[in-house]
Amino acid sequence: MELNSKVPDVPIEQAWDRRKFEMKLVNPANKRKYNIIVVGSGLAGASAAATLGELGYNVQCFCYQDSPRRAHSIAAQGGINAAKNYQNDGDSVFRLFYDTVKGGDFRAREYNVYRLAQLSLNIIDQCVAQGVPFAREYGGLLENRSFGGAQVSRTFYARGQTGQQLLLGAYQALQRQVAAGQVKMYARHEMLDLVVIDGRARGIVTRDLITGRIESYAADLVILATGGYGNVYYLSTNAKGCNATAIWRAYKRGALFANPCFTQIHPTCIPVTGEYQSKLTLMSESLRNDGRIWVPKRKGDTRPPDEIPEDERDYFLERKYPAFGNLVPRDVASRNAKAVCDEGRGVGPGGYGVYLDFRDAIKRLGREVIEERYGNLFDMYERITGEDPYRVPMRIYPASHYTMGGLWVDYNLMSTIPGLFVAGEANFSDHGANRLGASALMQGLADGYFILPYTVGDYLASNKLEKVDTTHPAFRSAEAEVACNIKRLLDVRGSRSVDSFHRELGKLVWDYCGMSRTAEGLKYALKKIPELREQYWREVRVPGESEEFNQSLEKAGRVADFFELAELMCLDALHRNESCGGHFREEYQTPDGEALRNDDEYCYVAAWEYRGEDNAPALHKEPLTFKYVQPAQRSYK
Amino acid sequence: MNLILHVWRQKNAKDPGRMVRYEARNISAHMSFLEMLDVVNEELIARGEEPIAFDHDCREGICGMCGFMINGVAHGPERGTTVCQLHMRHFKDGDELYIEPWRSRAFPVIKDLVVDRSAFDRIIAAGGYISVRTGSAPDANAIPVPKENAELAMDAAACIACGACVAQCPNGSAALFTGAKIAHLGLLPQGQPERDRRAVAMVVQMTKEGFGHCTNIGECEAVCPKEIKLDVIARMHRDYLHAAWTGRQKPGFREDQPAEEPMAGNRR
Ligand SMILES: Cc1cc2nc3c(=O)[nH]c(=O)nc-3n(C[C@H](O)[C@H](O)[C@H](O)COP(=O)(O)OP(=O)(O)OC[C@H]3O[C@@H](n4cnc5c(N)ncnc54)[C@H](O)[C@@H]3O)c2cc1C
Ligand code: SF4
Ligand code: FES
Repeated sequence: MELNSKVPDVPIEQAWDRRKFEMKLVNPANKRKYNIIVVGSGLAGASAAATLGELGYNVQCFCYQDSPRRAHSIAAQGGINAAKNYQNDGDSVFRLFYDTVKGGDFRAREYNVYRLAQLSLNIIDQCVAQGVPFAREYGGLLENRSFGGAQVSRTFYARGQTGQQLLLGAYQALQRQVAAGQVKMYARHEMLDLVVIDGRARGIVTRDLITGRIESYAADLVILATGGYGNVYYLSTNAKGCNATAIWRAYKRGALFANPCFTQIHPTCIPVTGEYQSKLTLMSESLRNDGRIWVPKRKGDTRPPDEIPEDERDYFLERKYPAFGNLVPRDVASRNAKAVCDEGRGVGPGGYGVYLDFRDAIKRLGREVIEERYGNLFDMYERITGEDPYRVPMRIYPASHYTMGGLWVDYNLMSTIPGLFVAGEANFSDHGANRLGASALMQGLADGYFILPYTVGDYLASNKLEKVDTTHPAFRSAEAEVACNIKRLLDVRGSRSVDSFHRELGKLVWDYCGMSRTAEGLKYALKKIPELREQYWREVRVPGESEEFNQSLEKAGRVADFFELAELMCLDALHRNESCGGHFREEYQTPDGEALRNDDEYCYVAAWEYRGEDNAPALHKEPLTFKYVQPAQRSYK
Repeated sequence: MNLILHVWRQKNAKDPGRMVRYEARNISAHMSFLEMLDVVNEELIARGEEPIAFDHDCREGICGMCGFMINGVAHGPERGTTVCQLHMRHFKDGDELYIEPWRSRAFPVIKDLVVDRSAFDRIIAAGGYISVRTGSAPDANAIPVPKENAELAMDAAACIACGACVAQCPNGSAALFTGAKIAHLGLLPQGQPERDRRAVAMVVQMTKEGFGHCTNIGECEAVCPKEIKLDVIARMHRDYLHAAWTGRQKPGFREDQPAEEPMAGNRR
């Protein structure tokens, strides 16, 4: 299959303007005749649904929570990037573009990233006009901070609740369209299949999570904005309900899945305390600005931290990376924490934790300054762990946080199924092999507010779409498949809970396709995962019925899909014989232990095609070319 | 530690529901309240019983999905904390806990501890926004906003729409939730053009949804996990009355819903 990125053939600065000009427009009077389905109400979905509704299209929007406002975008803390250069510190669209391409370790499409940097300017304008209460300076202008090791201050934030405030802005715009009758919202509805008719995406099948009814919805096109699949690891910073089901079903209907092994592990999360642990909580990266990371020099040293003298502590990041110290990028910090714990020098229950110590910062700056900078984070830490980080060093450990991989899309955000568009974390675009802090929020909103409204119109105006409604046989057969799948799960009536399987799967993926990977480990996982999956279908117990509110059944379907996705992740990780960004293959590293790319052989997007249950997926490659940023080896020494 | 739980079990909206006694055994102090319920549920599944249904998603106190009454207190005993962030170290061995869903006319029970809070979405749809067409916004720094106002707006905007305020209020009023949005938008220059209209439309919708009147009891503030202050209710009243006096708003009013009615409770 030829993967055509449809990037405009003009210099990068003009590309988006040119594309907007080339695109066909839908006559305003005709917009109301088109139906659009948007699955997802996070930053990407809510902004798309609100804008398309405002333009006059008939929109139906779906989410699995009880309200669109609860999408997991709500949990983003740190901030959102924009190349406004309000601080006059040398930022520009080109610099944001450059940083993002480099941060992604040269595995993203340049033209997409450039457009993202351009649109970042409009996003901030839009959000401020909506009433997003960003932090301000005394003069009343917007405040910025530097984030994730960037050398300019380009991050806009609303306390530690940036995602919440951006999402509420998009949600309010969405509710305005709901009131205007332009958007019909279906909360507590889970998409369980995509309906493709004559090669085009024409609708979805959902389950009403209150009544359990299987329902069909038809449209002229479908947009998926269903978020990331980080919960494949079971423990992650994602919400409990985050899932891969929507994109996975689309994959099985013919959409290519790109770079599934590109996942991001965030270094500063609160460590696991026991078997019962249900999720991991992120502690903002900003803590690394003042906190010092260390472990005891000696293995199995169980003394309390304040009894370990200075010369018996190993500040391993400062030791190995004197220039960047504790501020090395996420992947580097995470891998090093894992390495010292694997050596048996980890701290806390279970031995998988490292100290993040504020003792010296408090001595240097005074408690008050630290309180002002991090007070709410310290409170949160204390609430969860019961320990006072002003007195006892925090314990942190990396956790699954973000997935760069996702459905393959072209420059117009359309997948390989015509009429199926994918936005936000659900697609693979823009971040390459590693995402920089504060850029996911930016991407979700760029996709939803500023890209899809144009490209969707072009698709509708350029294609003659037959009228289709839910009486079409394709809906009947998709409904039947969904019902059959549910019945199969309920009929197993085994002895083990869904969660216990999910936990076991998550551990496998974490151990062999997590922070660092080896061919041997991946091969082992590829043998183990199918075994466990078979056991799942033999032994899982899903209580209750289909025709009712049934949370066990919801989980069971999601975990079934995670099993299949996990296998594809390992396959992708095994095929990519190089290290890049979040994908670290131990066999491929520099003498200093840095990721060693292989640009000659792997400078491409790996897009996988489903070929039925009994066949291995087929690999398609979209070659990446770098005309504006020259690939270089990252170094943080 | 071991605990005795009395949990509200209700199969669906039609079922009358009842309290059922469970034992939670070997609970670690590090667990969150929801993790404790996970453990109980795993046991129920192993015994072939139906697990307890409760809403949750982020489990970090921000999505607003979780929430129920613990011994008559919304979100339980810790101030400024949702049940997903409430840890078991605040309980002790042998404690007996009564766990019930939000009880309010406007929040019908769906199953067990799960309720329908869609009334909140309709209140926002009535006017809890600033009308700005995508792409039509001026430069973000074109209108300076005094830092104090931005901070106050942020305080109010922190509401997570969990519904605890309604559940705890003897009148079942949604004034804290509605006031929080009215205050957030009304404190910003961008929110001024629609300020009157917004206040009236949202307050009218709140009444239509069957929420009770606010009589300044203040229980809502005490249980709010985001510590939204009662001031926001005062702001709501002020904006509403201002709109009524100047008569600038009309939209949202219906013949069957005289302008005075929604605030009647407040005059008592
Ligand atoms: C703890 C945390 C902190 C973060 N901090 C930052 C930060 O500071 N800056 C930054 O830029 N990024 C941050 N990120 C990343 C960023 O928040 C996400 O990548 C982004 O918000 C994803 O938005 P989205 O719209 O793609 O998906 P989401 O917000 O996850 O929305 C997914 C939507 O799809 C719906 N959905 C999913 N599956 C289905 C289905 N099968 N059927 C129906 N509906 C479905 C859900 O209901 C939801 O509405 C953070 C992420 C986490 C987890
Ligand atoms: S005001 Fe407080 S208690 Fe009420 S919904 Fe908002 S966050 Fe919950
Ligand atoms: S689960 Fe999100 S606030 Fe509790």
